Parts: sequence; structure tokens; C-alpha cells
Amino acid sequence: MKNDSARTITDAVIRFAGNSQDGIQAIGGFLARLAGRTDKDVMTYMTIPATISGGPSIYQVRLGTGEVLSAGDDVDFLVAFYQHSYENHIATLRDGGVLIYDSDTVKPDPDQKRYRAVGVPISSLTVEAIGGTGKDKGKNMFVLGLVARLFELDDAKLEGMLNAYYKGKGDDVIRKVVGAFHAGFAYNLGQLDEHFEFKPSDKPPARARVVMDGNQAIAYGAIAAGVRFGAGYPITPWSSIMEILRSELPKYGGTFVQAEDELAAIAMACGASYAGHVALTGTSGPGISLKSEALGWAVMAEMPLVIIDVQRGGPSTGLPTNVEQSDLNIACFTAHGDAPRIVVAPANVEDCFYTTFEAVNLAREYSCPVLVLTDQAIATRVESFEMPDFATFTQDIAPHFDPRGPDYKPYANTADGIAHHAPPGTPMVDGKYPVVTGLEHDESGHPASRPANHVMMVAKRRRKLQVLAEKLSPPAVYGPAEGDVLLVGWGSTQGPIREAVEKARAAGESVSAMHIRYLMPLQPGIGEIMDGFHHVFVVELNDEGLYGYGQLAALLRSRYCNDKIRGINKTDGLPFKVREILDQMHRKLTGREAAGEPLAVGGDEGGAG
Amino acid sequence: MSATVATARYTRKELTADHPTWCPGCGDYSILSIYFKLMEKRQIPHEKITSVAGIGCSSRFPYFVNAHGVHFLHGRAIPFATGISLSRPDLHVFVFGGDGDAFSIGGNHIDHAARKNVKMTYVIMDNEVYGLTKKQTSPTSPMGFKSKTDPTGAVDHPIEPMKKLIAGGATFVARTHSHLPNHVLEMMEQALDHDGFSVIECLSECTEFFPGAFDSANPRKGGTFQLVPPDHDVTDEVAAYRLAMAPAPGYFGVFYQVQRPTKNAFELKLITDAQSRAGSAAVRELLQKTFQKFS
Repeated sequence: MKNDSARTITDAVIRFAGNSQDGIQAIGGFLARLAGRTDKDVMTYMTIPATISGGPSIYQVRLGTGEVLSAGDDVDFLVAFYQHSYENHIATLRDGGVLIYDSDTVKPDPDQKRYRAVGVPISSLTVEAIGGTGKDKGKNMFVLGLVARLFELDDAKLEGMLNAYYKGKGDDVIRKVVGAFHAGFAYNLGQLDEHFEFKPSDKPPARARVVMDGNQAIAYGAIAAGVRFGAGYPITPWSSIMEILRSELPKYGGTFVQAEDELAAIAMACGASYAGHVALTGTSGPGISLKSEALGWAVMAEMPLVIIDVQRGGPSTGLPTNVEQSDLNIACFTAHGDAPRIVVAPANVEDCFYTTFEAVNLAREYSCPVLVLTDQAIATRVESFEMPDFATFTQDIAPHFDPRGPDYKPYANTADGIAHHAPPGTPMVDGKYPVVTGLEHDESGHPASRPANHVMMVAKRRRKLQVLAEKLSPPAVYGPAEGDVLLVGWGSTQGPIREAVEKARAAGESVSAMHIRYLMPLQPGIGEIMDGFHHVFVVELNDEGLYGYGQLAALLRSRYCNDKIRGINKTDGLPFKVREILDQMHRKLTGREAAGEPLAVGGDEGGAG
Repeated sequence: MSATVATARYTRKELTADHPTWCPGCGDYSILSIYFKLMEKRQIPHEKITSVAGIGCSSRFPYFVNAHGVHFLHGRAIPFATGISLSRPDLHVFVFGGDGDAFSIGGNHIDHAARKNVKMTYVIMDNEVYGLTKKQTSPTSPMGFKSKTDPTGAVDHPIEPMKKLIAGGATFVARTHSHLPNHVLEMMEQALDHDGFSVIECLSECTEFFPGAFDSANPRKGGTFQLVPPDHDVTDEVAAYRLAMAPAPGYFGVFYQVQRPTKNAFELKLITDAQSRAGSAAVRELLQKTFQKFS
């Protein structure tokens, strides 16, 4: 349906604000999937209360033609279901933005001129469309219809998706869903004499696009990489990874065990890795603390093991449903003793798939634990990306039990330090069978506490990672390779950092960015890249620490002894807004920070109840 | 799986590895010796024997067996063995450990392996004292036992292993005494044949820190080795619990044994059901199909 008054746009941020039982996630989910099917980029952002049901909740969808890097600082369209939704979120609506509110429940400020307000009797029209009992269930579908009309979205495609999604729920549910959707679509937004249409994408992708969240991408990345055993314990926001693996792995001949606790989960994974697999475990928050001892065992016994850490706010129980990047230190250094391991961090939802795939292969190749540091923001947000090429990205890593000859040593002190244990079931030709152990041991695996042996084996375990570091490529620089300011980031902040670079450069500032994917060992070339800039700011969702540097900043300082390195940190439990990065950068550059000017604190909404 | 090397019939000699580091007279020697005997008798393929242990004197066990073995963390041998058992149905998984591993630091894991009925055999070598760390009170030390952590005598009520194991849902629960090797062998052989989580509490004297602890059940020291009565119904949980109520030194033999589907079987069924629904599609096709649902 074409509308003559349609204005062409390339990007829109839409925020739905209601309560968690209103099904606003469903609106966002359908919009995101529709975007994926029509070659639009999409990124979503949501907050959910930590309570089981009820409580204010938002779902923000940013749709765009071209690359969408963040969920958006400011809201273009705010849909408010209740008075509290309006009051709590109206400040996020940009000047000149559009407020659509349920005129049955919301009374907006009649005198304001900052934005356009459009009242729609959402509750009563939904009741009218589908009958009284369906009101609470149908409002979201009514709003979906409204939005479809407003943005000239493909209503036939959307209706098809609704039919497919609710197929199993019975005809009555489908009738109500579609009825509410139609009522919303047919509603004349007369007060808003303008419609919007997305500019078509100029380069359609080679492969179909998929829309999923980061936890889904991790689970399927592990399956594609050949992981066939995992164990875990439920904890937010890691749980959905284990739920997917529990139901999906059997199809692929694999098993996922819900363990009695975090310690048992990693112990089971260690057992399966010893048995010849590359096993996976994962957790969030307190769980990673609990897994520390066994992680050290896997370093000592040189077991291939993948550990997913979906970071949330800490310490202790902390902020279970908020984001933080405050587990970098524990990921790099947890476990007593000198315990080198590999740490990698995905930058976005798509990267969750590929990083997990790579983590499995790093674990196999280097026979050590590999931590994948993702976070609550990636875990729960939905993005669209090109379907992976499964001809390349599937592999069979079933264990092999080839007999080992008389020269075989499970912990051979090789030039690169790399050696692989023989899983049980492997016949030993000379009849001498190995024991795998957490005690310091000699090359054959016998306990050995001789001073020279410990020196040799500590160095061997460290050397593997040094060999890996030499093979890695330097991080790419986003923007020119030299300039005034370098923003350094890791993990989920990549998108907002890149958007900050683009905004700053558009304003004539000399700003580039470097994204570090391999946190341990660090990629080569980082020092040289930093040398090309006058200022280096490490942007992290963690505290500036006792000495003024966040966790990656401190790691880079200890590695490069470079006093240019400073931090841009925040701890409000919400993803970085582009504006927040730039504000802090400007404060540090102009000396306003040193002059003691206070920083505006906090986002506009909290997640945890 | 690749070709295997043909193994000749092996004997105790081939199964013997390092000389045990245990003290002279330690009850654990006898259990090791019987394990060799069992392996020799049953001729389990050499490369399929897997011995797992936690931390403690008895947990040194795998080093003394020339077969695939693991020395894992204190208290976590059971979940480790669970990972092996559920991912490798071809292996025979034995777990060895002491009373500290089983009933103190790892106390939670027994109940879960037991209720899930994960296939493995667990031999708890109970000496009622912490030996490796040189005489501290253990969770099974009797009240009044004098140790370095209880110089005036233990004040905490001890764990009663048989009660805990039966209540936890273990499907094979037996009790034996390392001074009676024939009985130990009989229990271990029955445990090996049991399809499920089989656990044996084996009293094993620490001659260094708790000498004479089990003399009252040792006929050679004037004690009475009281077998489980022949009319005991091993499938009767209440009767098993009643046996467990007997005062020290108690009964010896199989207290409880029932057949219940193993977790191994349940998980295998999940796989066969899922694969029969999915058909014979390759991994690539399955993933492709799944991802299409996300498009």
C-alpha cells in the first residue's frame, strides 16, 4: 500500500514502553524478523525486570537501511501503553519525535511543543476488534498493525508471519491476533498526516538474512563447530544457551546435562573433554567465580574446554538483568597459580556465532580452556545478519582413538608447547597407560614436584599462548590509522564506538577506533597502533578502578607501559549510548574532567527490579 | 572409531603401575589388589578401564593402576565421571575416593549422580579420618574422636553413609571391609554388573591416624563380621534403611539394589528419538533448516 505523503527515511528508533506481560517483546520480535526478510538491518534493545512477571518493560527496535551499529541514543517514535510508560520514557524521545499513546490510559502534557503527540484509543479499539476478554493479549498486535501502517511495512508478509507463529495455538487465537493486527493497520492516524517509508537497500545480500539474539547465535555456533557435550546450571542471562543446547543437541547426537551446581557443570565438561570431546559449559555472574578451580585444572591437565561467560552486573548477585564488562579480569586471571588460558569476546550477535566456532577450534588446537566473554546486552538483543555458509561452517570433531606408539607423551615439552592427551579408549602400544592430573607432572603425566620440572611445565603452558599470539593478526583500525584520538573497545561496545567515530569525524574531529577481539593472548600490533594517536581512550562498561583505569585499560597499561592510555567507563548497567562516549571523550580532552565537572549519571531506565 | 590394537590376556602385572605411596598396613592396598583381580578376572579391554579420583590418600588410586586414569579435584570426581559416562558408553568408569571427598566437600554430588542413576561404580574408601593432611576430623569420624582439629574429641554427629546413599536414590548400595578381600571382590563384581549408579562403602583402616577403627568388624582382631541376613530383600528400601540403623560396626553386604532406567539410557533415547524425527539429514542440512526458521 503506497501513501502519497510517505517520507523516505533510512533509520528509525522505535521504543515500545509497557509492562512485561503486554507482549511488547513480540511486537519487537516480529518487526525485527520482518526487517531481516526485507534486507534491512535491525538492532534491538530491551530491559526486563528481574522479577518473574509484571513490572515496567521496554523493547526498542532500530531499523535501518544499511548498517545499524547501536540500538540508538534517542527515540524517534515512542509508543506508551500506560501513564508510567509515558512519564518514564518521554525524556528519551528526541525533539520533533512522535509520541503514540494509548488515549484510554495516558494523559500527556497538553502544553508541550517539543514533540508530536498522537493519541490512539488502543485498549478500547482492541476490545472492539476482538472482544472483551482478549484486550490484554491483543493490544500488542493492534500496535504492530499501527506501526506497519505508519512505516508502510509489508503487511501481507507480517500477517503471514503471525499466522505461522501462532499456528499451533488454535484458530481462535489466530483470529484474535490477526483481527487486532488488522484493526491497528486500518486505523487512520489522522492526527499524524505523515507516513514513513524505508529507503530500499542498494545492495541485497548474497544469502538470506536471519534474525536472532546473541545467546541463540552462541548455541548454534557451538553446534556447528561440532560440540556434542555440554553441562550447565541455570543462571541469568546464560540460561537460554543451555536451554537451546538441551533441546537441540540430541538431534545432532549430543547431550547437554543440567548439573546440580556450577562446580559439577564444569567438572562434567572436563570429564567429557577428557573422554575425547570438546565440551562446553557456561554461566554468568557468580557462576564464573564458582568455576574457577576446575578451570585451573583444565589449564594444568591441558584439556580442550569452552566456557561461555555471559557477563552481567556484579559483584556477587549484582545486577542479574543488566550489562557490564566487569568479568575481564576474572576471565583472564581466575584460578590460583599461573594458569594461562585463551579469552575471546564477540562484538555483536553475528560474531557470537563465529567467535564460538573459533573458540572450539582454539580449544582443540591449544588444548586449554577458552573463555568466550559475551554479555547481557548481546545475549538479549536481536540483530539481523547473513545466514552463515554452512558448507564452510560445520565440522565433525568426534574423538579418535588411534593407538599411541611407545614415544607418545601426553605432556610432551614440544617447541610450541602444544601436546594432546590420549582419551580413554586409546590403546597404548607399549602397554603404559597415562594418568591425567591436576598435580604438576612430567611429560608422561607422572606427578613430579622437582623444581626444574615445574619451571619447564609452567613455561610450556605459557608458551602455547605465546605461539598463538604470534599467529594472530593485529586488530583492524576503524577510521584512519593515525590521528588525534583512538577509542579502544572490546566485546559488545563495538557498535556504539564505531557510531561515535562516525559522528565525531562528521563533526571534523580526528577520531578512530580499535576493537580487540583476543583479550588473552592480546593480538600483536596494538602498541604500534596506539603510537599513531595522541590520545588513547579505552571504552568499557566497568569501573575506572582504584587507579583510574578500567579492566582492559589496566591490562593494556601493564602490557605496553603506555601512559597515554586512559579510560572511558560507566557502571549504570546499560549499554553505552553514542553520546555518552563522545561526552566523556570531550571532557577528558578539554580538561573539564580534571577541573572536577561532574558527569551526568545514569540512563533513563533500569532493568533490575 | 579407529582400529584397536589386539591385546593379549593381561594379568595383574600389566595393570600394576607406580608403587603405592600409602603407609604400610593401609587398608587401601587391599582394595587396589582386588581391583586388579577384578579386571584380570573380567578381562575388560585394557584401554577401556577408566579410573577417576578426587583428592585424598585413597584418591591417589589411579596412579597405581596402569590404565587410563584421572586425578581430578577434591570432591568433584563424581561429576567428572558423569561427563565421561554420559559421553562414552563404551567405557567402564570407576571412581575411587575417601570419606572427605564423598561426604564432605563433594557431598552434594553423590545425591545427584544417585538420583539420576548415572552408570558408574563408586568405591568410597572410608577411614573415618583425614589422612593426607595428617589427622583432622572427617565427616564420618565418630563422636569423641580425638584429632588435630578436635583435640578434646569430635563433637559433630557423623554422616551415616548407608542412610545417605539409600536416601539419595542410589540403585546399588553395598558395604564391605578391606580386611575381608573375598567379600570386597564379591561386592565389586556385583557393582560392576549393576546397570546404574553402584556405590560401595569400604571400611579401610588408616593405621597411621586411626588404627583399630574397624577391629570390631574384623574376625582376626576378635571382632564380628556380620553379613546382611540372607532373607533381606534388597529391593525393600525400608528394610535397607533398617539395616543401616544397626549400631557400629553394622552389617556388610548388599543393602539395596533396584533396577531403574539409567540417565545414560534416558539421554540415549532423547538422541534416538530426536534423530528419528529429524531423519538422516546431515549436520549442515539440519542447521540450514533451523536457521531458515530464523529468517
